[in-house]
Amino acid sequence: MNNAIEISTLEDKKLPGDLAMWFFILAELTVFAIFFISFAVTEQLNPEMFSQGKAQLHPVAGLINTLALITSSFFVALALNAIHQGKRKVSVSWLITAQAFAILYLIVKMWEYQSLFNVGISLETNTFFTLYFLITAFHFLHVILGMIILSYITFRTYKGAYRSNVSGFEAGASYWHMVDLLWIILFPLIYVI
Amino acid sequence: MSTLKFQSQAVAKPYFVFALILFAGQILFGLIMGLQYVVGDFLAGAIPFNVARMVHTNLLIVWLLFGFMGAAYYLIPEEAETELHSPKLAIALFWIFAAAGVLTILGYLLVPYSTLAHITGNEYFPTMGREFLEQPTITKIGIVIVALGFLFNIGMTILKGRKTVINMVLLTGLVGLAVFFLFSFYNPANIALDKYFWWFVVHLWVEGVWELIMGAILAFILIKTTGVDREVIEKWLYVIIAMALITGILGTGHHFYWLATPEYWQWVGSIFSALEPLPFFAMVLYAFNMVNRRRREHPNKAATLWALGTAVMAFLGAGVWGFLHTLAPVNYYTHGSQITAAHGHMAFYGAYAMIVMTIISYAMPKIRGIGEANCNRAQVWEMWGFWLMTVAMVFITLFLTGAGVLQVWLQRLPETGEALSFMATQDKLSIFYWLREIAGVFFLIGLLAYFRSFFIKEKIA
Repeated sequence: MNNAIEISTLEDKKLPGDLAMWFFILAELTVFAIFFISFAVTEQLNPEMFSQGKAQLHPVAGLINTLALITSSFFVALALNAIHQGKRKVSVSWLITAQAFAILYLIVKMWEYQSLFNVGISLETNTFFTLYFLITAFHFLHVILGMIILSYITFRTYKGAYRSNVSGFEAGASYWHMVDLLWIILFPLIYVI
Repeated sequence: MSTLKFQSQAVAKPYFVFALILFAGQILFGLIMGLQYVVGDFLAGAIPFNVARMVHTNLLIVWLLFGFMGAAYYLIPEEAETELHSPKLAIALFWIFAAAGVLTILGYLLVPYSTLAHITGNEYFPTMGREFLEQPTITKIGIVIVALGFLFNIGMTILKGRKTVINMVLLTGLVGLAVFFLFSFYNPANIALDKYFWWFVVHLWVEGVWELIMGAILAFILIKTTGVDREVIEKWLYVIIAMALITGILGTGHHFYWLATPEYWQWVGSIFSALEPLPFFAMVLYAFNMVNRRRREHPNKAATLWALGTAVMAFLGAGVWGFLHTLAPVNYYTHGSQITAAHGHMAFYGAYAMIVMTIISYAMPKIRGIGEANCNRAQVWEMWGFWLMTVAMVFITLFLTGAGVLQVWLQRLPETGEALSFMATQDKLSIFYWLREIAGVFFLIGLLAYFRSFFIKEKIA
């Protein structure tokens, strides 16, 4: 009963998904914010090391991944749209497409790591690469967690679970949008500027 | 007349009673040791400082373990909606664990530590001599046997009954507790490696799996005392344990700063442990939220007070006081100072001592057949105990923090040779140690008031 009241007030305020998920997203954004600020401050203190480090990264790979994640997010949005209209099968196929772009991201990122390892660069090379590996690997883990959440949603959509209440779908989609939003900040900060 | 839903929940009673007896012992040894800080000769022959410290910390760990086991024996049958698999096993394990605990403490007090090591055959399988893990190897094996029997008992109960989120989280926490204790048997000769794995027990207990135990007990109490829907409480429990595990496990890095480990631990440890306050903050928000949205007035006001108190004090002690010295550049100066002691006191009391007293407060009136709650007068005494102990602990923490800041200022910060030696610094801190000891006496008074509450019966008019 109380739960029902909560859901209806949430819908009135147009907060998609669940409040608990938003609390979790806020916590995740806080971790990344601290990482990004640490990176930016350390860069100000060691401009030489950071510009040399950035020169060794692969901006095209970064760009491909940016496009992959944005496209993936777009398909999740289409899938949510479809489920709102009750098109269950269409929604499932958009979700699978979204996953395909996430897999593309994983492949490109692993190739990038491998090419850095091949020239002898690792977590302990210098502070730039310590932060590069920590931040991108932490983001990488979030992509995997996001993919697990998307798989769960896909399965539930396939089973026809979101007929009356799409709150769970929206919560998962919000998480996925967060993963790509983080990359949109990460890419210029670490690769470009 | 019994007021329990399931009769086997009564096995929690000896666990709770014995936990509180050990708690009293812990406080007495704390007071002895606190005095030894300023009056070095006090009982120094009979109870040297290192022995008093060992007894103080070991009693803490053991009474919390008794408390967690009691909590599990009470909570799991009620959640699973079935009787405990084997109440007899639970009682047998109680006596084994209690006897082993008492013998170990007597061993610490009656013979020199090296003699104890020799008597218990430490040379055949050396595990002794490490902070908090001082127990003889044979005691450690006993703990593992008790833990296995305990997990079997509650695991079987959960298997045959209703599977709730609270039971699953609690079971995960308790299994984790047993698994990480196994690292106490690994004792590499290399001291850096030794410390490294030592933290797998110490840190992954208090900043990892114990938080699951705490979260599950708190969720149980909130459901019972507020009547708020289970789904709402479980959802928050999920969020809290996810954050606790992510920040807690990676936060282990804050112990690896100065251990001959790679430098990246300074980043990992600093950033993730800086976020360890978040799950505790979430617990505060959620506890107060649930109590504000309560759908019934539970007669046990004291239990609700303990539940809210533990959320707040855990956030302050574990969260805020942990954050104070967790960043690597800060910890470079504060490592192992009285600031660590300040954090340790408030965190253990706020998170773990208080959560055990929360479940005791809720469960004991039912186990003793009194009903939903103690009579009003007993609750007043209990709340006096709550406030005296909690406020005393706040002061202990503040005085130790003062001592720690001064210690860092005098002994650690000066770089050009004017830094004071360790003992010269300790002399300068004596005012803080005296004040801490006075606060400790108030804590003992609070503990006595709390104990008194158990013996107050309703006046029959």
